[in-house]
Amino acid sequence: MPSLVAAAFEAPYLDYAALAPEIVLTGVLLAVLVVDLFVDEDRKAVVAQLAGVGLLASLLPVVFLAVDGDDRSMFSGAYVVDDFALVFKALFLVSGYVVLLMSTDHIEEGDYWKGEYSFLLLSSLLGMVVMSSARDLLTIFVALELLSIPAYMLAGWRKRDLRSNEAALKYYLLGVLSSAVMLYGMSLVFGATGTTVLEDIARELGGDASEPLVALGIFFIVVGFAFKVSAVPFHFWAPDTYEGAPLPVTAFLSVASKAAGFVALLELIFMGFFGQDNVWQPLFWVLAVLTMTVGNLVALRQTNIVRLLAYSSVAQAGYMLVPFAVGGSSDEAAGTAQTAVIVYLLIYAAMNLGAFAIVMTVARRTRSGEISSYGGLFTYAPGLTVLMTIFVFSLAGIPPFGGWFAKFYIFKSAVDAGTGWALALAVVAGVNSVIALFYYAGVAREMWMQPVPGDDRTPIRVPPALGAALGITAVAVMAIGVYPQAFARLGDLAQLAVR
Amino acid sequence: MSLDGSWYLCLAAAVFTIGAVGLLVRRNVLVMFMCVELMLNAVNLTLVTFARMLDDIGGQALVFFVLVVAAAEVVVGLGIIVAIFRRRVGATADDLHLLRG
Repeated sequence: MPSLVAAAFEAPYLDYAALAPEIVLTGVLLAVLVVDLFVDEDRKAVVAQLAGVGLLASLLPVVFLAVDGDDRSMFSGAYVVDDFALVFKALFLVSGYVVLLMSTDHIEEGDYWKGEYSFLLLSSLLGMVVMSSARDLLTIFVALELLSIPAYMLAGWRKRDLRSNEAALKYYLLGVLSSAVMLYGMSLVFGATGTTVLEDIARELGGDASEPLVALGIFFIVVGFAFKVSAVPFHFWAPDTYEGAPLPVTAFLSVASKAAGFVALLELIFMGFFGQDNVWQPLFWVLAVLTMTVGNLVALRQTNIVRLLAYSSVAQAGYMLVPFAVGGSSDEAAGTAQTAVIVYLLIYAAMNLGAFAIVMTVARRTRSGEISSYGGLFTYAPGLTVLMTIFVFSLAGIPPFGGWFAKFYIFKSAVDAGTGWALALAVVAGVNSVIALFYYAGVAREMWMQPVPGDDRTPIRVPPALGAALGITAVAVMAIGVYPQAFARLGDLAQLAVR
Repeated sequence: MSLDGSWYLCLAAAVFTIGAVGLLVRRNVLVMFMCVELMLNAVNLTLVTFARMLDDIGGQALVFFVLVVAAAEVVVGLGIIVAIFRRRVGATADDLHLLRG
């Protein structure tokens, strides 16, 4: 047996300034839990307001750290606060705030548990904020579970509704399956390298030919995260969970939860396993082609707007997998690939949250998720129609809305890589963008050209919180579309150093 | 007589496979939960074996994290099952077919 008394215990160095966003967020979520106990049932709105203010408060240290600009590293490189981490912390906190705005009226009017809802949403966000800084297999695992476990509960939040139960159970079973597969992969990588810190793993593995153990480990880890980002063939939980869960939760899962999966993939692939590109590049190539094609083809047949957005979000994940499949050839290609994924995630968050905010606003009156219920929306809700048109055309990638720029970067990463496989992938992505145009334009056609079903033209009332959510997302989509350079700069700054 | 570490790794791989196949094949939700536990414990066995082989205590520390998270996961999963049981009798995965997949 090795001796355990060899080294005296040394307290790890803690940089409290670097941890400030997490500390504030933890304080707020505990405060939310306690305040919820002492507030009367009819004044529960206070809890949601506290959570919203708290989210914005934890955004402040992120801004200060970004202005300060130093990279801070703790626990021998396992927890790092750099530009990459800060950009994603800001993304998660802002999209969490938008989801909270979207939830306010939905949760107020439904048969829900309001205080606990805010608490769980904040817990899940804390997991995402930790994920942005995690540079270690174990930290990534803990962050993933911290963001997933509250999300399982949120998916089943309408607990007297069988469809919500089913959504929660399917999400839960596939979530734990994916965690187990990912953990097994991590244990194999640990066995091959003897460390869990990504930087050290990269040093141990280097660019050598892969041992079977390492190759298997990387394979399992990527498959585990393929579930999280709903890549085909591991996507089948997504449409059911999205349809059954309460709408704000669906928006949260399809944006923030998916982004967290991609953040983890960026860290693992470009920091830990970069030298092993012969293992992961072909894997991502297959995943990207399948995910784009299946997502778009199935979306064509959908008649329910939530399921359409679910399959569209599967297809969007496919576009985001493209840079992974082409980023391994050189450091330069890795840089372009990272920028492409980061820019796409930022823009996708704005346009998808916006689309869900419109779906929620319209569903408040029509009580329906069918696309046919959007018939003639323009005649009685012109403002909402224009916004929805902006969001779906942005998702389809039509200028001047943000989405075109995101797609442009995806193509750029594939063309820059220049290999035959990369170009083939660019062609597949191009064909898919055309297919996607059909169903996105179908929604627009329904709103602008079709007759109103039942000729019910009562105007739609937009509650202030939902209006604010719509405003934030619409401004973001338009601003990115008109000034894309600013976002490209953000994406360049936030690259991880490739080893 | 002491066994070579690779035996433990093979055992862990076998247990992991049994869990994964069981999760995909069995229809009773509680049995599916047990299969998840099998998979997670296979991971633990792998970690402990590697920790011994590499002479690195870190691998055993990881096991504690896996155990705690697995416990938290099961609590949430059982909560979801209870919510379903309250609404209908029996809990087989085939009965859950309101959403089309």
